[in-house]
Amino acid sequence: MLLDIDFFTQDVLPALNQGLLVTLALIIPAGVIGFIGGIVLGCARAFGGPVLRGFGNAYTTTLRGVPLAVQLMMIYYALPKIGIYFDAYGAALLSFILCSAAYHSEYVRGALLSIRQGQIRAAQALGMTTFQTILWIVVPQAARRALPGCGNEIVYLIKYSSLAYLVTCMELMGEGKVVASDTFRFTEVFMAVGAYYLVLVTLATWLLHWLERRTYIPGFGAR
Amino acid sequence: MTEDVLQVSHISKQLGGKPILQDCSFTVKRGELKVLIGPSGAGKSTLLQCINCLIPPDSGDIWLEGTKLDRANKAHLCAFRAQVGMIFQDFNLFDHLTAEENVAIALRKVRGMSRKDAADRALEELGRVGLARRSQLYPAQLSGGQKQRVAMARALAMDPKVILLDEPTSALDPELVGEVLAVIRDLAQNGMTMIMATHQMDFARALAHEILFMERGKIIEQGAPDVLLAEGCNTRTRDFCCRLLEMGA
Repeated sequence: MLLDIDFFTQDVLPALNQGLLVTLALIIPAGVIGFIGGIVLGCARAFGGPVLRGFGNAYTTTLRGVPLAVQLMMIYYALPKIGIYFDAYGAALLSFILCSAAYHSEYVRGALLSIRQGQIRAAQALGMTTFQTILWIVVPQAARRALPGCGNEIVYLIKYSSLAYLVTCMELMGEGKVVASDTFRFTEVFMAVGAYYLVLVTLATWLLHWLERRTYIPGFGAR
Repeated sequence: MTEDVLQVSHISKQLGGKPILQDCSFTVKRGELKVLIGPSGAGKSTLLQCINCLIPPDSGDIWLEGTKLDRANKAHLCAFRAQVGMIFQDFNLFDHLTAEENVAIALRKVRGMSRKDAADRALEELGRVGLARRSQLYPAQLSGGQKQRVAMARALAMDPKVILLDEPTSALDPELVGEVLAVIRDLAQNGMTMIMATHQMDFARALAHEILFMERGKIIEQGAPDVLLAEGCNTRTRDFCCRLLEMGA
């Protein structure tokens, strides 16, 4: 018996579909808010004063330096000790947002620094404030430059969202693990889980390519 | 013709301990075209950028129509810059915006015009520099001369009291220089007040009301072109121009 169809249709797929919904509920807000957070953080690190820059750098160093699994444990198990409580889903979502903002900020910072100084001077010569210059001239260009890198981060996010099961948030990985433990059919279950992630990542890649084409402007790299 | 538009008094600037500008002063009257010439590194570009504080001067004052620029006051500085047009050697168009949007963006964000009014005005200005049909193209799709003309339209749309031109034709192919100079000539003949750094001596001679010759951060000679460039007169300006001509020949 190589492929047990009934096992998949009755045990694996219903559980994984359930988990898929939770995974989507994690990665979509974490992707969007994390990206916006990354832009803000990247701007602060590229253009902020010494204090803002120092804070941004320290934040990024910490969040990139500590394994995400550890951060997740801290948010779920350590924060309650100082009176801050999150449910499993909230803890996972928060840690993904914080972590992906740190990674995004690095791509964004690189993109911001690649904008020619001359355009910034031109904007200021027209009477724009520093904030207007950043908002209307620098960010729209930097976002396009950062898109491939940030897309990479989104792909990572989809896969590291599987860590949420560590704090009992029952997403794809968590559901898969339960079915596998109950049935001892690890190979089939985790191959199915892997296939789900592969599909998610493929869809995300298409979406990102579409976004790149959609925001394409002549002179901003090849189509 | 006699009203002072811009007054630059005793501007000095040091960079890395080296004096770049030393005590530069001059006054520009309405409708006047002043041309800055001098060897590379003389400080022409720095002087122009000090006027609208893109490079903040160490000392000295700038007056626009009798009002002293308060550099510490950000709002005042932005309002001042909005009235002083600037044209750069390398155009500095906004790469993510079409020609029309390049002109319109400051009208909307700085002047607070509606999207529609700003677009109308942008088209009008692009028409004035002969680019109405290219309004929907991005900078990467324009030639150097066209880019510089869009930059001119962008500056003109703000109704500047004075325009600073920092070697506007130096980054252009020789064939494209003419179209940009034509726009500047047109402006000069219509009474636009301008200060222009350039190496285009024929142009300076034909149109400038006054030439400022700079060397090592100082304005060392100042006067009408036919005085400074007169046959047989022994000025540094004439000497420099003769050498430019020899190189061209």
